[in-house]
Amino acid sequence: MQYLALIYAAPENAPRYGTPEFSAMMAGYTSFTAELKARGAFVAGDGLKPVETATSVRLRGGKVETMDGPFAETKEHLGGYYLIEVPDLDAAIKVAAMIPTAGFGTIELRPVMVY
Amino acid sequence: MPTPGPVAALTQALRADRGRILAALIARVRDFQLAEDALQDAAASALIHWTRSGAPDNPMAWLIRVAFRKAIDRLRRMQRDAAQTAALTVLARDEAEEEAQLITDERLRLIFTCCHPALDAKSRVALTLRTIAGLSTAEIARAFLDSEPTMAQRLTRAKTRLREAGIPFAVPDPEDWADRLQSVLAVVYLIFNAGYTAGPAEPRDLCAEAIFLARLLSDLRPGEAEVEGCLALMLLTHARAAARTDGAGATVPLAAQDHSLWDRAAVAEGLALIDTAMTRHTPGPYQTKAAIAACHVQGDTPDWPQIAALYASLLRLEPTAVVQLNHAVALAETGALGQALAMLADLAPVLQDYQPYHAALAEYLTRADSLDAARAAYDRAIALAASSADAAYLRSRRNLLPN
Repeated sequence: MQYLALIYAAPENAPRYGTPEFSAMMAGYTSFTAELKARGAFVAGDGLKPVETATSVRLRGGKVETMDGPFAETKEHLGGYYLIEVPDLDAAIKVAAMIPTAGFGTIELRPVMVY
Repeated sequence: MPTPGPVAALTQALRADRGRILAALIARVRDFQLAEDALQDAAASALIHWTRSGAPDNPMAWLIRVAFRKAIDRLRRMQRDAAQTAALTVLARDEAEEEAQLITDERLRLIFTCCHPALDAKSRVALTLRTIAGLSTAEIARAFLDSEPTMAQRLTRAKTRLREAGIPFAVPDPEDWADRLQSVLAVVYLIFNAGYTAGPAEPRDLCAEAIFLARLLSDLRPGEAEVEGCLALMLLTHARAAARTDGAGATVPLAAQDHSLWDRAAVAEGLALIDTAMTRHTPGPYQTKAAIAACHVQGDTPDWPQIAALYASLLRLEPTAVVQLNHAVALAETGALGQALAMLADLAPVLQDYQPYHAALAEYLTRADSLDAARAAYDRAIALAASSADAAYLRSRRNLLPN
């Protein structure tokens, strides 16, 4: 099964850029991604620029409306994702728990629909 | 021996073997709802065939085989997953040839799936009672004070979630075993507690269902110390059921219970189980709680210093306010009243809505001669009492206080 692991965190809980904690987190992401690829579980994955760069778009009455920022007002922001291929939810949970942000944020696992 | 009529044979098979049949079906089709629907189809078909030519030698095997074919028919009609249907059709042909002599018992996988931590606690309980213990949706709704449609919706959602979220139909890996077993035992014990709180008035005795589930776990996976501990705990608690209320329906506290009303066989079985569990040297919270329950049924009076020591060790495994409360009670009973009252005072903010807390507080305030405070604590406990039996007992205690 494929799962999308959505990585959420409140910016104030994340390690600051330039601190040793930040370097440790980035090193953690590098080794996690390598591990995922070695297992054959990696399909895709990226980090996202901060929410300040987000644009929300909708079509209303045939007109495109745009807005600054994310669609939902939440304390935790979407910061990145992995698309993984694993046998079941148990395996997906194990992978999600290895994502460095799981230590201070939340990983939302969503099964990918099969058409 | 005369063979039972077809309707009786079907009722019997569905009552005794529903869990095994469903487990076998889910193991093959990997879909709870599909398995249940297919079993219903098979039951309808059994009425026709068995009335015509008599019940088969092995009704369970017949129902599994026919339900499996009904499931494939349903999948074909839905045309949901062509690849899965094809694979199942091949499997069905193979199985028909071996004539299902040996049906693997898949209930252990079923139990772990129903109690998967990715489901919320109430759904785990409901799904376990429905699927493994075979209670009807109406019975489960009644036990948990829900309306039947609400409970039916909860069960449907849980089954959909099992399928769609990819929750595996499997026994957990060795590295997850201990945690997942605790999750299963928590469900079993929640069911037991629901029965204990409701008392014997309910038409389905949930305490007996919980004991059945623990026995089943113990049969399917022998030698697990925590399963034995959980079963022992429930047996030792349930053994006192007949002595728990007096003729007027009021709760009788342990110290005042008529020991001759205890179920001696259940006590003996519980004590033997906890002894066996302890020899395995894998301690856990259920074994500790069972050891405490054992202290309450041995000798004329409980061994309070031993009980206090056991609660202290339980606190390390389970650092909750309720365990702290019980620890304080045990200490008070050893004579350390001042220390116990100080501990109870610290617990006030967390346990302010917990009836046993106020009942204990009232008892020890009485012993410490703080009668006004004791009266207030009884009032609070009576207001919070979950059953009329408990309220009746608490009122009688309050009335004993001098004015």
